[in-house]
Amino acid sequence: MKRVFVRWLTHRSRIPPVLRLSLAVVLAALAAVGLAAPASQGQQSLGGAPSGEVNPPSKSPEPPGPGDPTKTFPDSPALRIEGYNLYQQGCSSCHGISLEGTAGVAPSLRGVGAGPVDFYLSTGRMPLEQPREEPLRNEPAYDRSQIDALIAFISSYGGPAAPTADPSRGDLALGFHAFTLNCAGCHQIVARGGITVNAQAPDLEETTPQQIAEAVRMGPYLMPHFDATAIDQHTLDSIARYVLWTRHPDDAGGWGIYNIGPIPEGMVAWFIGLAALVLVARLIGERMDEPV
Amino acid sequence: MNLVERYVHRRFERASRSAEQRVGLAGAVKWALRYVFPDHWSFLLGEIALYSFMVLVVTGIFLTLYYVPSDAQVIYHGSYALLYGEQMSEAYRSVLNLSVDVPAGLLFRQVHHWAADVFIASIVLHLMRVFFTGAYRKPRDFNYFIGLTMLMLAILEGFAGYSLVDDLLSGMGLAIAYSVAMSIPFVGGQLASLVWGGPFPGRSVFWPRLEIVHVLIIPAALALLITLHLAMIMRQHHSQFPGPGRRERNVVGTPMWPAYALRSIGLMLAVGGVLFLLGGLIQINPIWQWGPYHPYLSENGAQPDWYIGWLIGALRLMPNWELVIAGRTVIPNPFWGGAAFPLFVFVVLFAWPAIERRITGDVLRHDLLDRPRDRPIRTAIGAAFLSWVVIVFAVGSTDRIFYRMGISYTTQIHVWRVGIWVLPILVFFITRSACRSLQRAEAHPLRAWQGNVVRRTPAGGVEVLSDSPDRSVPPISEPPVGTLPGSES
Repeated sequence: MKRVFVRWLTHRSRIPPVLRLSLAVVLAALAAVGLAAPASQGQQSLGGAPSGEVNPPSKSPEPPGPGDPTKTFPDSPALRIEGYNLYQQGCSSCHGISLEGTAGVAPSLRGVGAGPVDFYLSTGRMPLEQPREEPLRNEPAYDRSQIDALIAFISSYGGPAAPTADPSRGDLALGFHAFTLNCAGCHQIVARGGITVNAQAPDLEETTPQQIAEAVRMGPYLMPHFDATAIDQHTLDSIARYVLWTRHPDDAGGWGIYNIGPIPEGMVAWFIGLAALVLVARLIGERMDEPV
Repeated sequence: MNLVERYVHRRFERASRSAEQRVGLAGAVKWALRYVFPDHWSFLLGEIALYSFMVLVVTGIFLTLYYVPSDAQVIYHGSYALLYGEQMSEAYRSVLNLSVDVPAGLLFRQVHHWAADVFIASIVLHLMRVFFTGAYRKPRDFNYFIGLTMLMLAILEGFAGYSLVDDLLSGMGLAIAYSVAMSIPFVGGQLASLVWGGPFPGRSVFWPRLEIVHVLIIPAALALLITLHLAMIMRQHHSQFPGPGRRERNVVGTPMWPAYALRSIGLMLAVGGVLFLLGGLIQINPIWQWGPYHPYLSENGAQPDWYIGWLIGALRLMPNWELVIAGRTVIPNPFWGGAAFPLFVFVVLFAWPAIERRITGDVLRHDLLDRPRDRPIRTAIGAAFLSWVVIVFAVGSTDRIFYRMGISYTTQIHVWRVGIWVLPILVFFITRSACRSLQRAEAHPLRAWQGNVVRRTPAGGVEVLSDSPDRSVPPISEPPVGTLPGSES
């Protein structure tokens, strides 16, 4: 590297050495500044602060509004025992033997109720391989009956009933309106996903209405949670209906190129539109046949 | 010649004579029809831009008939169910109606938008051709400045069109543009309130202003500059690549009539065809899916059209530096990425012909182009500068890269804050050595010279002059086709 640099400086060229030296100094200074630029947004620790025995979650799930439909999961003593065994094998190393959580690693699960358990397990976000990484959608580690067992066990510690949503009772226009207002800021307007500071807001292409309802009420990871006064049951149903709609939106203009706007559009403009025209130009224009 | 032909011929002669007596442009027409175009496909890139502009004008006239430049708030009661009962501006409603209800309205809108994207892309490609072949040198530097001005105007024009719709994406784009305008030192605040008529989102006067800028002022300026650009080319003649018989003061190629005009018309039809195919088959800017803009709304992953992407990238890449003197923020942060960066890029492009003259000491007139490999330093500087801008452009999509590939946003930004300085230097050295090795091999990597240069001897045999064309003697006769009348040959 040093030899290349020295040779570049001393090499005979039409550019005067003074100019080249000053260019090198400027580039080096800028590179140094770039290296030293402060990491303005450092990694934030997402675990809670140590707080004695129990490590409560930073936010607890909102209950469904009074009179709103809820989702009931199967429950029986045998199921709870099976859930207890599964919990001790797969969850207790972080969430604690008696659901008390671990400070800085995992929140307590006491009193979270059925909704969050169903959400995290049925979307495959839990269990995590590394405790501090961001939980992302994955193949579920447990089958439905095992998830029911874990729900039965964990919700035996109390907590709100699990919310639910019925898209068939929702209103599509209201759903679009409410989604724009509350969800599009992170999930993108056609629910194709997006980012926040050091976290991803997932696309909603595989989410079920049940998971939508649970996520809205509990606010997984960085997502805020919404109670029944912010998003009532009818709006929740409508949002679920809109999210189902986004999987096959009305692409009246032709191929939808994934509905995320200008990035794929620019690619089409350059690599299909202009490429085709350059090919035409290449075919009808001549080239130098005589080498020179 | 049968009777009909004779009749047609006579009618034509009479018509042209009567036109000549009234208009008297026969000389100019003859001159134009005999204008010689050098034969190389890369000279057609600018024509792609020209014909895209024509498509833009035609489709734009159609759109203007339906657009309402008003931010008056209305409640939508049209046929699109998802927005029924929604509050929106009249501007947005007019474009929504155009897209949903007007026959062929969506087709024209989409063709217009695709044409804009392809228009600016072809200008950039044309600029690259001009730069890397040295076509901007005297006497064409003036025309090169016109071209750069048109590129700036085209970017501004595209952004104005993107903003007119008042959908969610345009509103967010305008909010960023407003912040950048505000960040200009000393005059920013006044400038922004002059343009917007007040603090963001501005008063109602902003919308008719934006429309007039988009449909009249900039297009008229572009049309004028295109005319000037073409007139300058006609006057100075095309530059051409060096070759047998090709000299500084002649042009070897195809005359306008009867050959080149047909070729160019073919390209025009191809441009129209490709743009209308795109407009009919691939969806662009589905504003009914974005919904109307209100200042309290935003969405994730909002992006500008590609030609503004480099400014978004610059805003993201810039460290959070601000110039604060005595508690007053003299230069707010958006200024660096949103205003200073594009200004710097264009200043470099404008100044380049003079810089090159200064460095090389070459102040002569050049009508023959350089092959990029023959000017390794210029090609390497151009490639490095291009890569510098392209990196900034690519940083504009860091959010999607984070989302798709899981590379953390902040990591990407930190890597590119260094890479932006390291990579262009690498590109410089790689390009320079590639040029030099191509020069040494003196062969196109895919199309090497195979053969000998021979001369027929008077005795009837064949005499091998050389195994390489550059060591051969010049050809005895030069191709007579298209040699300019009156030029030294």
